Amino acid sequence: MEKKMPRIEIIEKYCKGCRICVEFCPKDVLEMKGFYASVKNIEACISCMQCELRCPDFAIKVITE
Amino acid sequence: MAYDYEKYIRPGKLPHIWCPGCGHGIVMKGLIRAMGTLNLKKEETALVSGIGCASRLPGYIDCCTLHTAHGRAVPFATGIKMARPEMNVILVGGDGDGTAIGGNHFIHACRRNIDMTYIIMNNYIYGMTGGQFSPCTPTGDKASTTPYGNPDPGFDLAKLAIGAGATFVARGTAFHANQIDKLIVEAIQHKGFSVVEILDDCPTTYGRRNKYKSVIEMMNRLKEIAVPVKAAEKMTAEQLKGKVLTGVLYKEEIKPEYTAEYAKVIERAKAAK
Ligand SMILES: Cc1ncc(C[n+]2csc(CCOP(=O)(O)OP(=O)(O)O)c2C)c(N)n1
Ligand code: SF4
Ligand code: SF4
Ligand code: SF4
Ligand SMILES: [Mg+2]
Repeated sequence: MEKKMPRIEIIEKYCKGCRICVEFCPKDVLEMKGFYASVKNIEACISCMQCELRCPDFAIKVITE
Repeated sequence: MAYDYEKYIRPGKLPHIWCPGCGHGIVMKGLIRAMGTLNLKKEETALVSGIGCASRLPGYIDCCTLHTAHGRAVPFATGIKMARPEMNVILVGGDGDGTAIGGNHFIHACRRNIDMTYIIMNNYIYGMTGGQFSPCTPTGDKASTTPYGNPDPGFDLAKLAIGAGATFVARGTAFHANQIDKLIVEAIQHKGFSVVEILDDCPTTYGRRNKYKSVIEMMNRLKEIAVPVKAAEKMTAEQLKGKVLTGVLYKEEIKPEYTAEYAKVIERAKAAK
């Protein structure tokens, strides 16, 4: 079965640039771009949801259809 | 699938006021997921707090909310529960609010075993007022009022709750976000006074005064010190040094619940007339 790629949405007006999502992603999917978190390598994402769970600011969503 | 937090957030309230990396937001998300799991009705749920950064939480949540005076969440919440025992009453607040100025209320709510859930965000400091030490600040740590190191031993909040008579006591951390909602769900389902301590981080007033240079270092500390109760059973005292147990630490279902006992008092008083 073909693996369906999740989509990651970063809501910049909520992101406070704390880096938590970037540092604790087990697959190094995210990076900081200037002040905000940003997606670097979506192919590696395993949809573990940890970034979304740990973001204190409701600023990152992992969308798996 | 991305979690729909919006259903319990008051429209237009985000972004919240907490600092970058403050764990209070992580705890609030856990509480929202717990409310979702239990499908709590907004009009049947009261969220009550005192004063502090943590105590700002109810302002964001779309249910019956009450932001009271410093340390007084317990008496206000007790009033709600006594008048409307069918309501789900949840208290939220910080370590300062709950164990310093509100400490007396806290122990007596534990003793009474009134059916409410108290979520305490323990960031070891008075965050809101600039970092004074709290009864939970560990020995030796620096606060604005202990610039040469805190000489006091900190409370073990969970042990305090158990000792005072709470019938459900659990502990999680802001790092272990996944577990927060599960602990809160169990606490709310428990009939009696339940306490959920979440070890939290305040990078702004605690972290930078102490040895944590960033939010990430504070999160790493939470990750390292937490040991699930089950795992701890197989560990030696030496291995457990400096660690903190997480999960459900205590639960008993024998002690009578206060509002039910009070209803009996009312019946007895009526019969005596
Ligand atoms: C009667 C009274 N005394 C003192 C204060 C000042 N005050 C406001 S918040 C606070 C401490 C809050 O600490 P905590 O409950 O740990 O919450 P945090 O800010 O760390 O989340 C204090 C002392 C007050 N608002 N009212
Ligand atoms: S879902 Fe997991 S793997 Fe994907 S970006 Fe988030 S933390 Fe990384
Ligand atoms: S955890 Fe949230 S607030 Fe922090 S950098 Fe990532 S998206 Fe931004
Ligand atoms: S001062 Fe501390 S507790 Fe208050 S919002 Fe900032 S990080 Fe959080
Ligand atoms: Mg505090």
